[in-house]
Amino acid sequence: MQGYFWFVGKRLLQLFAVIFCGISATFLITHLSPIDPVEQVLGRLSARSNLSPEAIASTRAALTEMYGTGQPILNQYFNFWTRLLRGDLGPSLLAFPTPSMELVTRAMPWTLGLLVTSTVFTFVIGNLLGALAGYNPDNRFFKAFGLIAMGVQPIPYYIVAFILLIIFGFLFPVLPISGGFAMDVRPAMNWQFILSILQHSLLPALSLVLVGFGGWFLGMRALVSNVVNEDYVTYAGLAGVKKQTIVGGYVIRNALVPQLTALAMALGGVFSGTVITEQVFNYPGIGSLLIDGVNYGDYSLVLAVSTVSITAVALAIFIVDLLHPLLDPRVRAE
Amino acid sequence: MTQDILTVDGLKAYYQMNYFGVEREVRAVDGITMTVRKNEIYGIAGESSSGKTSFIKVLAAAIRPPMRVVDGSAKFNFKNGPIDVTTATPQQIESIRWRHLSYIMQGSMSTLNPVRRIGKTFEDFAKRPLAASGTPYRERVLGHLERLKLPADVLNAYPHELSGGMRQRVTIGLATVCHPEFVIADEPTTALDVVVQKEVLGLIREIQQDMGSSVVFVTHDMSVHANMTDRVGIIYAGRLVEEGPTRQMFFAPKHPYTAHLVASLPRIGDTTQRPALEGRPPSLANPPAGCRFHPRCPLAIDKCKTEVPPLIPVANDHRSACWRWQDVGPLVKPHQANRVMA
Amino acid sequence: MFSVFRDLIRYNIEFAIGLILVGAVVIFACLSYFAPVDPTLIYVAMPDQPPSGQYWFGTNSRGQDLFWQLSAAFRNSLIFGITVAVLSRIISITVGLLSGYVGGWVDRVLMFINDIFVAVPIFPILVLFYFVLRNNMDSFTLALIMACFGWPFDARLIRSVALGLKHREFTRHAVFAGMSTPKILLEEHLPYVMPIVFSTFMANMLWSIGLEVTLAVLGFTNLNNPTIGTVLYWAISHSAIVVGVWWWIVIPVVLIVMTFLGLFLLAVSMNEYIDPRSRLRRMGA
Repeated sequence: MQGYFWFVGKRLLQLFAVIFCGISATFLITHLSPIDPVEQVLGRLSARSNLSPEAIASTRAALTEMYGTGQPILNQYFNFWTRLLRGDLGPSLLAFPTPSMELVTRAMPWTLGLLVTSTVFTFVIGNLLGALAGYNPDNRFFKAFGLIAMGVQPIPYYIVAFILLIIFGFLFPVLPISGGFAMDVRPAMNWQFILSILQHSLLPALSLVLVGFGGWFLGMRALVSNVVNEDYVTYAGLAGVKKQTIVGGYVIRNALVPQLTALAMALGGVFSGTVITEQVFNYPGIGSLLIDGVNYGDYSLVLAVSTVSITAVALAIFIVDLLHPLLDPRVRAE
Repeated sequence: MTQDILTVDGLKAYYQMNYFGVEREVRAVDGITMTVRKNEIYGIAGESSSGKTSFIKVLAAAIRPPMRVVDGSAKFNFKNGPIDVTTATPQQIESIRWRHLSYIMQGSMSTLNPVRRIGKTFEDFAKRPLAASGTPYRERVLGHLERLKLPADVLNAYPHELSGGMRQRVTIGLATVCHPEFVIADEPTTALDVVVQKEVLGLIREIQQDMGSSVVFVTHDMSVHANMTDRVGIIYAGRLVEEGPTRQMFFAPKHPYTAHLVASLPRIGDTTQRPALEGRPPSLANPPAGCRFHPRCPLAIDKCKTEVPPLIPVANDHRSACWRWQDVGPLVKPHQANRVMA
Repeated sequence: MFSVFRDLIRYNIEFAIGLILVGAVVIFACLSYFAPVDPTLIYVAMPDQPPSGQYWFGTNSRGQDLFWQLSAAFRNSLIFGITVAVLSRIISITVGLLSGYVGGWVDRVLMFINDIFVAVPIFPILVLFYFVLRNNMDSFTLALIMACFGWPFDARLIRSVALGLKHREFTRHAVFAGMSTPKILLEEHLPYVMPIVFSTFMANMLWSIGLEVTLAVLGFTNLNNPTIGTVLYWAISHSAIVVGVWWWIVIPVVLIVMTFLGLFLLAVSMNEYIDPRSRLRRMGA
């Protein structure tokens, strides 16, 4: 048990280091640019709408405090963190004067829902089928499956999403291709709304599953075909241990250990995939928010999305890492 | 006369290989006939790639492609009825595994599932067979661990938490917890250091005597055979070349290969150069005609090159497959052999 | 080295297919050096012409000959991928060998940094860079940024090999012979990790080109520079499919799939060649 605490402590340190470095990087990137963010934002703001002078002044105050362009960079850095810890990155340009953080928290459930369900689904199904394919290397069905996975796996997210869009949007328009829910449905906790959400998330989720699936399938297949040659599997076979027990408790359990590590490492990439998917299918998550923010030149929104997504990915990796010792007792002893 | 528990008759097991379109046939087991009696330890010796591993694979009913049994039989005479492992159905083999026929595998490091607690592995291996024979599971396992001088809490441990010696005792425990009638031990001590090795050997002997089961003990280490086994069979190039009571094999070998194996053992106080055997063990894909040992044999005559010597009785309970068995002199003086046996 | 190559082509169908696919794309990309038109110019040909004898791949709505446009785009993207791969390989070899060979606190510090880089999602960072630099972001800057994020996985892999090499006899000989650490790493250890470097090279190219496509499609790169991504960007922004200029989308997509599949097959088959366990299985042993 003590070993586990050590492990958690080490990972926690790493979590903080990742968040700290990632967010510091966002700060540095935005502050090394030659453009003065305050004036750029204000310029866009006054050009776009007829805001009251007071609103502009208050925005200028908030932005100057946050970016603190006149001050030494260390002070700016300090201000940046204090504002961030208060969860206040200033108003968003896109939906002025809504605070950017509020936009992010509003969009977060969409992204999380899409991401978590599709990742879990992809991981489970990909590994399960991969394990069966590795265990039955001569099965025709799995061989064909492997070929397809190999063909789809290296194609970039965007292309897959786009092909799905063409197929289901133009050739066979059976599924909704845009938005988070139907326009005529009122957001409420009722069956109709949930059904509409599910219907709209089907295509984005499918594209994420299609892209992610092949990697898990191929990885697991290779792992299992190595594990079945391990002595402990042969020995259990000689002892007449039940086949289900051998497949589940011996083969898959052992092959799953490196796959879990791979999951932690893949999460960052999965997030990038979501951004694209949301853009292609016009899904109201933080990926769409990020892209809109960039296109509008919305500084505080882009900062908010970046910091939140860096933190969220780091947290997700941390959670997956915590599962690791539960799956592999050897990690606990380290 | 004691009853035989295993009768192997003219067993031939070949590997059918296909290397980039070239068919090859490896005759790993080529006509072995032998018996193992109840309550004895039968040693099998031979170099690596002599076919001994393939032979025990057949005995353990682990016949899988590319290996297949071409001819002959291997009949066990268990309490629940006779069974020929070369022809039995998977269900029949399933019914004898662990309760009647069990196996101690080489390399204790890798035979235990690293992510499973020992207790869980015991359940996987022993629960079903013990339930089938109506033995209370928990009492049996705990009692058995005590006999192996293992604390009961090893059941809660993972393999990596145990020392090498403990792990090997656990694998022996796994193989013997159901009190099988027949145990195949495949080089169970090879990777262990000398002290642990001695302890493990003693343990196998003890358990075997307690349970009254038969053991086929495979190792290339002749000194282990001297200490462990009742009878020894020597396998060379897929064939049994000599078989007899252990003492007799060491004092008066009747096959030049055995004589060489015994002579190459190190002995305390002996500083003479060991006679090295010329050449290498033959390829099982393309073995030499006649006696397969003849290219390396110091006693070989023309007859050896063309005619296969049969395995014939040469003394009481002692068989040899050599045309010139009468001329095989012990390369070792009896008092030296005694040292090894001690 | 050459015989390894020959064996791979002969016995590994994936490698052969991958080589053919990548080879075809590379030849196509190299043709751009003989292009009769400047691919950055627009409205130099009749817009929206379907594929014909004159325009093999047709022309797009921006009045560009797609054949030469795509040829230049693939050249730029391949060069981009190679740049990222070379740069990130330099980092990963240095970190991996140093970490594995020197060990101790150097190893711990380097691996800690390594783990941070693995965990930081690169996409928001790249978008941020574009957001700040806008059109000042040329493809070399982008390559540099991506290289800074493309090394950690492979550094870990190289480190594990270097750990094994450290305890080999020849390393000890080299140390006793008075060789300096950089010399040992460069002359003794580097050849051993080269196969990994080659196979991860392909995987890294896949990753960086894919990411560039993603960024470009969203409009987050210099759109005047023809790359695989920007070709798609313009096709989508002109609603090529809706308008019926299908060749503007279909031909690039086919070529992209060829490139990616080819690189992937090369990476996989080389990986398999490095891992002797899977190689033995393939030979039926």
